[in-house]
Amino acid sequence: MSMSLAKSGAFDQGVILTALKSAFAKLDPRALAGNPVILATEVVAALATVSAIVAVSAGQPALFAIQIAVWLWLTVLFANFAEAIAEGRGKAAADSLRATRVTTKAKLIIDASRNAMIPTPAHELAPGDIVLVEAGDVIPADGEIVEGVASVNEAAITGESAPVIRESGGDRSAVTGGTTVVSDWLKVRVTSQPGSSFLDRMIAMVEGADRRKTPNELALAVLLAGLTLVFLIAVVTLTGLGAFSGVTLDPMVLGALFVTLIPTTIGGLLSAVGIAGMDRLLKVNVLATSGRAVEAAGDVDTLLLDKTGTITFGNRMAVEVVPAPGVRPDAALRAALMASLADETPEGRSIVELARNQGVTAQSPAGATPIPFTATTRQSGLDADGKSWRKGAVEAVLKTLDLSENQVPAELRQAIDKVARSGGTPLAVSENGALVGVIHLKDVVKPGVKERFADLRRMGVRTVMITGDNPVTAAAIASEAGVDDFLAEATPEDKLRIIRTEQAKGRLVAMCGDGANDAPALAQADVGVAMQTGAQAAREAGNMVDLDSDPTKVLEIVEVGKQLLITRGALTTFSIANDVAKYFAIIPALFVGSLPALAGLNVMGLASPESAILSAVIFNALVIVALIPLALRGVRYRAIGAAKLLSRNLTIYGIGGLIAPFVGIKLIDMIVVALKLA
Amino acid sequence: MDWRGWAEIVFTIALTVAIGWPLGLFMSRVWAGDRTWLDPVLRPVERLTYAAFGIDSKKGQTWLGYAAALIAFSAAGFVMLYLQLRFQNLLPLNPQGFDGLSPHLAFNTAVSFVTNTNWQSYGGEATMSHLSQMAGLTVQNFVSAGAGLAVAAAIARAFAADRGETLGNFWVDLTRVVLYVLLPLSIVTALALVAAGVPQTLLANVEAATLVGVKQVISLAPTASQEAIKQWGTNGGGIFNVNSAHPFENPSPLTNLIEVVSLNALAFGTVVAFGRVAGARKEARALLAAMVILVGVAAAAIYASETLTPQPALAAAGISNPTANMEGKEVRFGPAASALWAAQTTGASNGSVNSMHGSFMPLGGGMALFMIQLGEILPGGAGSGLYGMVVMALLAVFVAGLMVGRTPEYLGKKVEAREIKFAMLAVLILPLAILGFSAVAAVTPVALEGLLNKGPRGLTEILYAYSSAAGNNGSAYAGLTANAPWWNTTLGIAMLLGRFAYAIPVLAIAGAIAAKPKLAPTAGTLPSDSPLFVGLLIGIILILGGLQFFPALALGPIVEHFQVLAASR
Repeated sequence: MSMSLAKSGAFDQGVILTALKSAFAKLDPRALAGNPVILATEVVAALATVSAIVAVSAGQPALFAIQIAVWLWLTVLFANFAEAIAEGRGKAAADSLRATRVTTKAKLIIDASRNAMIPTPAHELAPGDIVLVEAGDVIPADGEIVEGVASVNEAAITGESAPVIRESGGDRSAVTGGTTVVSDWLKVRVTSQPGSSFLDRMIAMVEGADRRKTPNELALAVLLAGLTLVFLIAVVTLTGLGAFSGVTLDPMVLGALFVTLIPTTIGGLLSAVGIAGMDRLLKVNVLATSGRAVEAAGDVDTLLLDKTGTITFGNRMAVEVVPAPGVRPDAALRAALMASLADETPEGRSIVELARNQGVTAQSPAGATPIPFTATTRQSGLDADGKSWRKGAVEAVLKTLDLSENQVPAELRQAIDKVARSGGTPLAVSENGALVGVIHLKDVVKPGVKERFADLRRMGVRTVMITGDNPVTAAAIASEAGVDDFLAEATPEDKLRIIRTEQAKGRLVAMCGDGANDAPALAQADVGVAMQTGAQAAREAGNMVDLDSDPTKVLEIVEVGKQLLITRGALTTFSIANDVAKYFAIIPALFVGSLPALAGLNVMGLASPESAILSAVIFNALVIVALIPLALRGVRYRAIGAAKLLSRNLTIYGIGGLIAPFVGIKLIDMIVVALKLA
Repeated sequence: MDWRGWAEIVFTIALTVAIGWPLGLFMSRVWAGDRTWLDPVLRPVERLTYAAFGIDSKKGQTWLGYAAALIAFSAAGFVMLYLQLRFQNLLPLNPQGFDGLSPHLAFNTAVSFVTNTNWQSYGGEATMSHLSQMAGLTVQNFVSAGAGLAVAAAIARAFAADRGETLGNFWVDLTRVVLYVLLPLSIVTALALVAAGVPQTLLANVEAATLVGVKQVISLAPTASQEAIKQWGTNGGGIFNVNSAHPFENPSPLTNLIEVVSLNALAFGTVVAFGRVAGARKEARALLAAMVILVGVAAAAIYASETLTPQPALAAAGISNPTANMEGKEVRFGPAASALWAAQTTGASNGSVNSMHGSFMPLGGGMALFMIQLGEILPGGAGSGLYGMVVMALLAVFVAGLMVGRTPEYLGKKVEAREIKFAMLAVLILPLAILGFSAVAAVTPVALEGLLNKGPRGLTEILYAYSSAAGNNGSAYAGLTANAPWWNTTLGIAMLLGRFAYAIPVLAIAGAIAAKPKLAPTAGTLPSDSPLFVGLLIGIILILGGLQFFPALALGPIVEHFQVLAASR
């Protein structure tokens, strides 16, 4: 992850300037059609402006009216600004992507037998066309390699500058338009329609071009619209009730009351929260095809995790050398080391590493002959100075030594059994034709994984490990990694079956995968994270792509999803709780002229009706700005269990939301009075 | 205010819950169609009913079918009752020879009883024949309560269902609830009331000569029987104009205890039954706790208001150091029992009274008004309290539930756009009907003719009338003469909105909930059975209700309270 797509900071100057411009552009009521709360605010702001103009032209004192109108407009602008700044961060990333779009001509092969080519603009390529891409060429479109092997620099997509190998056949045969072939050549069959390539989709996603409301956003929007209607009723009916009570009500003040009561805070920040959620994913180099997928990530009940690469490092490592009876432990270790010196496989290197960690080192003697591993001997080692060292599968080594199982010392037999039972792989070690010990090779669980699974469990997410291992090995690793369940000897069809069973119970399932045979499961999963390096079919089936191709990323994705929902809930709660204080500011101010007894409700001791109303309106506008960083950053997610999380967030955003505006409005009132604004 | 008053309040609420609990267990069996110990007697009657009306008791209804049955049944009940009231003069059992009711009064009264409101624009003893009371109003007392309990059963089943299509059968629910729950309870209670001195007679009024020689008409009626269902069915419509303040309806502290317990016990029991049927016993206890706490707080607030706030009017009348505002209260009940009844009847959509809310101190009366405006869910009317509370729980879970980082769930069902849409539709009805009609009435001369007071008290009378109607409560803030075309018509419309524009969205929610898969709770699920959730629910109820009505209340009881304070300085 050398470069992150969303590298531009929230408060990058350029982003802020663009956002400011965009905030004004969004004043167009059509742009606000999807946001009834802010649209209502704009309507009131316009009415307030008219009445301020009328007052000015009639020569009446209009300072108050002008200020109210200005602050109402600012409320709308702040909300627009919040959305624009969230979008701006995506736009910056999209621009850098757009710059990598192919403008060069592709070498379209029109006759494969004669290798006849014609240069064709990339955007004229159709699926099924075959193009030749040579070293230095930019791959013109997404496709499958039909012939050749080459190293490809995919920095344009992943930010990772080290080239990767791409070859025909298998799971590494997909290439992405916009990436560059560094060496060798490829023949690629184009798979994407012009304009809907992976890069195009990325740009669209990052920009939020086809951002649709997610199900939860939709539900929240309904709630906010409903609340807006409730307050519309409460405020409009005040005219009749007020008339009965002999109270004359300034329509401007009623408008101000309405705006402060409707949930402008969450209404103004809602879309910013959603965009910022996608943005946070982008920061960890994950692209989601829709906000819906991000939201689903927060709701995931079951995580299907491939053992290899996600839970374990994927390579077995030596953790112990058990000496045969009568052999000194360091002698056995030394023999294992000698047998592995020429072995460049990860397993072999792990034995060298183990020996070094235990203080045993050795150089390969001059003139030594490495004995490579073959499928028939199933062992490898080293011959030097008439000595020989071997390590390999237990049966194979015994066979070479001409030992029957019964001739193996009992202690060693037990050690071999123990290793096998614990899910490890035993390797026998021989020195000069004598059995000297057993190496314990183990699938090593990644550090920190167990803790993260425990976190997930606390948040009610079940983890299921999928592995092709036999049940004994699988069970051992499952218990070491602390997953809730596992499926051994699993086939891709098993994954699909598990997902369907879980979904039948109403659970949401997330998984990641890279192979073409993962595609059906990725498509079926509620959150399917495809690896960028994976097969084209997998990338198209999933609803997220991890550009780093790191399967552990799915854990972070779940956390980002949860954080998104938490932020939305926190701001909604805060917004609604705020209204209590606003009532205590505006209601006495509204009526006290005609009904002096209501001064008793002025618990904040605000200076005058005008200052009270103005302060409430100013607070209402400023709180949007104050919360933009929180909306973009997101409320911190803690895996402390739903009950504790609720009580914590309810205290901060519920009780805090009740108290904060009492303090804020009082402070603003003091400033308003000091500046003689009202 | 003294310890006996507090003890009385605590004891009565505790007794009500204690009686409601086993009732709820019993009702859960009735909802589920299980055998009960009443089967030997009632099962044949039940079968006969289905046979007579051609009801296939095994057939489930979708939410639309259920709602259609509810509406059809209520509409038929309305037409029959309307005609009966209009033409009671042509019908038997009319010893006083009362006339048929005017069209607007008949409309208002028929709507009122069909919607379980029992707002009374008339004085029973001077308007209604015995037949109208017994075969008209009392019948609706049973079946309108039964209809409410049926809807509650439907929503309980919705939460129990796992991708279900049907909510049960309205006709079966109605029949079973009336037969197995309301009738037996009413019979037992009526007999108890008769034993405690409540009259039960079909005789005509009696004339008596008083000590000073004035001729007094003593109204008689089959009181005990209607009293029982009036309370159990959260109807509240009294035989007599002054309701349970009347010495025949409620002669003694003992009858008062019986009546006030039967006012709330079934509503508490409905929550217990909901917990059983929905498979959410602990969560139901949380709902119950929120109800008990809020109705207790309201009783305490009214009691404090009636005994603690200064009473400048009494002082002006030369009464020094009054212990309580006793105007409009019965001496045999005292301030604590009056305050408790006021809280319980306005917290339920009952509307029966044993004291005159219009004579309360501003904050006491305002509290009663606010209890109605909170949506009649504390503990609410027959069935309607439960389903209203469930709507509140859905909103509470939705607003705060996001803060645990998941799409909110309630009782294993995801709360999504469809539920929120219908919940908001239901919630909108109260402010629309209460504030909308009040604001129009407040500036409409023909409406204001019926008003006794001007100023804040007058406004409270208007707000109270529409709140009572829209909340299907039925109690009144004395001072409003409502038997006039304007009031009868608009209040009737408010009652219809409050009943059906709420119950139908609730059934739509039930349909959506039933269709969802039932999820097993995990550590990531918002707990909806904890004290924290009770607090959250109370917060949402108070904030949502308070935000809607605070401005209006400020112009009514709140400003009057400050005026009283100012006057007593």
